[in-house]
Amino acid sequence: MQLLRAVLLRLATTAVTLLGVAVIVFVVIRVVPGNPIAMMLPPGATEADVARLTAQYGLDKSLPEQFLIWAGGVLRGDFGLSITARQPVLDLVLGRLPATLELSVMALVIACLLGGFAALTGTRARGTGGEAAIDVANGMALSIPDFLWGLILVLLFGVLWPLFHISGRVTPSLELPFTTDFYLFESVLRLRFDLWANIVSHMFLPALALAIPLAAIIGQLLKQSLKETMHLDYVTLARTKGYGENHVILREALRNAILPTLTLVGVQFTFLIGGTVIIERLFSYEGLGNLAIDAVINRDLPLIQGIVILFAVIFTAVNLCVDLLYAVLNPRLRHG
Amino acid sequence: MNLNRRTMLKLSVAGTALGAFGLPALAQQIDELVIAYNVTLPSWDPTVGPSAVNPTIQGIYQSVFDQFILQQPDLKPAPGLLTEWGWNEDYTQVWMTVREGVKWHDGSDFTAEDVAWNLARVANPETGSPIQFVWGTLANHRVEGNKVIADVVQFDPTIFKWMYFLTGYVLPKAYYEKVGAEGFEAAPIGTGPYMVEKFERNAFVRLKANENYWGGAPEFKTVTIKFVTDAAARVAEVESGNSHVTLEVPYEEYDRLKATLTGVAAPVSDIGMIFLNDIEVMTDPNVRKAAAHAIDKQTIIDRLLSGYGVKIDTLETPEYDAYDPSITVDYNPEKAVELLAASGYSVDNPVKFKIQTTKGFKPKDYEMVQAIVGLWRKVGIEAEIEVYEIAKHYELRAADQLAPAAFYNWGNSVADPTTSTGFAMYGPSPHSVWDGQELIDMINPLWGEKDEAKRIEGWKAVSKYIADEALVIPLLQYVQPILSAKGVVVTPHASGALLPHLMKRA
Repeated sequence: MQLLRAVLLRLATTAVTLLGVAVIVFVVIRVVPGNPIAMMLPPGATEADVARLTAQYGLDKSLPEQFLIWAGGVLRGDFGLSITARQPVLDLVLGRLPATLELSVMALVIACLLGGFAALTGTRARGTGGEAAIDVANGMALSIPDFLWGLILVLLFGVLWPLFHISGRVTPSLELPFTTDFYLFESVLRLRFDLWANIVSHMFLPALALAIPLAAIIGQLLKQSLKETMHLDYVTLARTKGYGENHVILREALRNAILPTLTLVGVQFTFLIGGTVIIERLFSYEGLGNLAIDAVINRDLPLIQGIVILFAVIFTAVNLCVDLLYAVLNPRLRHG
Repeated sequence: MNLNRRTMLKLSVAGTALGAFGLPALAQQIDELVIAYNVTLPSWDPTVGPSAVNPTIQGIYQSVFDQFILQQPDLKPAPGLLTEWGWNEDYTQVWMTVREGVKWHDGSDFTAEDVAWNLARVANPETGSPIQFVWGTLANHRVEGNKVIADVVQFDPTIFKWMYFLTGYVLPKAYYEKVGAEGFEAAPIGTGPYMVEKFERNAFVRLKANENYWGGAPEFKTVTIKFVTDAAARVAEVESGNSHVTLEVPYEEYDRLKATLTGVAAPVSDIGMIFLNDIEVMTDPNVRKAAAHAIDKQTIIDRLLSGYGVKIDTLETPEYDAYDPSITVDYNPEKAVELLAASGYSVDNPVKFKIQTTKGFKPKDYEMVQAIVGLWRKVGIEAEIEVYEIAKHYELRAADQLAPAAFYNWGNSVADPTTSTGFAMYGPSPHSVWDGQELIDMINPLWGEKDEAKRIEGWKAVSKYIADEALVIPLLQYVQPILSAKGVVVTPHASGALLPHLMKRA
């Protein structure tokens, strides 16, 4: 009952958060320099042309009026029409969301694998040169931003050793039998591993670029937790029973040490989605981030609003899920 | 060679990876031409919305749609869907003869009705054409056989030039009316050299050759245009062989790669300039003239742009109709010092103003302004640089609130003086910055001048006046670098449009 009340309360605060985001975004993108009509009009246009187009896009109304019209539409599921693409914003945004989600999930999986490997290896080699080497590698991975990793990966695996594709989501000449925009997921369901391999070869480098800094964070945190756990009594007991070091780390210490890392992974996933904006641009990946940059460059106000609202919904939904999961797992929170 | 278990394992993994993912196609055998394009295509309607007036997209539009009149790579007009055109004797009507035997991509006939419908459509304010102010100068469009006639509401000497400029495209009347705007976005058709086979927004467009194209079937039967907006990624695309052609790469990369790939760098109709606003110290002619004479344009081009640029002293480039090579503004720092001294300024007592610029919007824009500010400092001008986004420039310019000096680039692929000097310098225009009455009086009669020779001479006189009074500082004409695989010959177009149907096999 207490949990249900907490969930309802959290949903209510989420709604307020989204409303706040909507208001802030709506106002900010209209206050910052850059009028979409000024960008649209060619030299030679008259004041009358400016007025005509301003009215046509509804920008001649007051800010509160514009907001109410837009918010009313959003409540009915109508996010307006993109100024540049002349398509419904919701269709554009939902059409790109699967690509970004797949990229983010792949990056998360890679980050967990790399980070987990670094943590386990570092713990196994603690106190030796091996641990120091892993710490140095972790430091490097963390200090270089993801877009720079992207450039390095393009140079290494796109140009010098062209093993992977460096742009797009899939080879344009391929016929895609998909009915959804979740290409990677659907290719597996349809057992089309030829398409799956092609999609992975496009996604791998951007996902890796996103994953490397996160892997370093996961690696550091998990290694720290593991090292602390290795001194606990039950781990010492396992050793005295004659279990080898690998067994002790993987079977005994990891179970307890992994909990804080799991919480971190949940929170970091939302940041990972935010990080796709630059990486998608660099790899010409047709996701939400790439769309967002175009929208900002072109001052496509309805599209910017739609994308930001969707990002906010994802962020709050993931955070909500993490909080609920934490409440379920943690008895102290569950029982107040 | 000894092969142990570990080596075999490594080779197996590498082989599996190569087999599964496949190496990108190399350039030697080009069946499908792949172009890494520098912008994305937001909309397929080339006549309305912001995309319609985005010069960088026009190359994609021109691959699918024909314009009313064809524009050749040197910017000169040639018969296209219209084979002949002109005014009647008293300039109250325009007439156009429509090419016969042309088919739309769906196989239906292109007719004079299509031309009349398109002209009427963009003249209607409700369609949202950003160029309605031009198309609205014609009315009562009608068809007589294979001719289209329209009444002249207001004489515009450039009306036929707009027919190969922004929004001057011909869309299929019957098809558009049948499928509507949304249906057209989903499946656009034109009469152009290529047909749209597949389009993924923000990713690529795949084109199939129009074998029945009236201008002859294109050489490459399939063309994929990938939207690769990051310059470093475009370089990697051609260097790795993933793409066969790309454009707008940094000049240093162009110089590095043209040894292994094919490079063509030709001037395009895009210029770099400094707007001078008639406010603060810029109302002093000595300050303006000193600012103009203190800039060593050729050295800036050589040092910052690796020599890829053409020095200009008016807003007209050599390809434009009103270009006058006799109008020059020399680099003369001594004269700049004298002019400033006449107004009481010196190195110790410099004249101060702000200069605005973008950073990274055009090649080395910020660096050029930095160099100019350095040159100005030597003669007694202290300019403070303010960096802004291009969107802010448009907004400030429309509101006539630019700083005393503002760097900008101006495109004019139609090569007429009205769309370069005219729109940039005519005070009442919301896109002009200089509001001097004398210049307005000089330009006013030229808008409606029916004698073409007299009109061009008039614009040359305007350019001379602007140069003498230093009302703007033209800097350079840009050069567009294009890289292609060894098997591809690219014909550059002075408009800057990269056109696949002008590409041939070597």
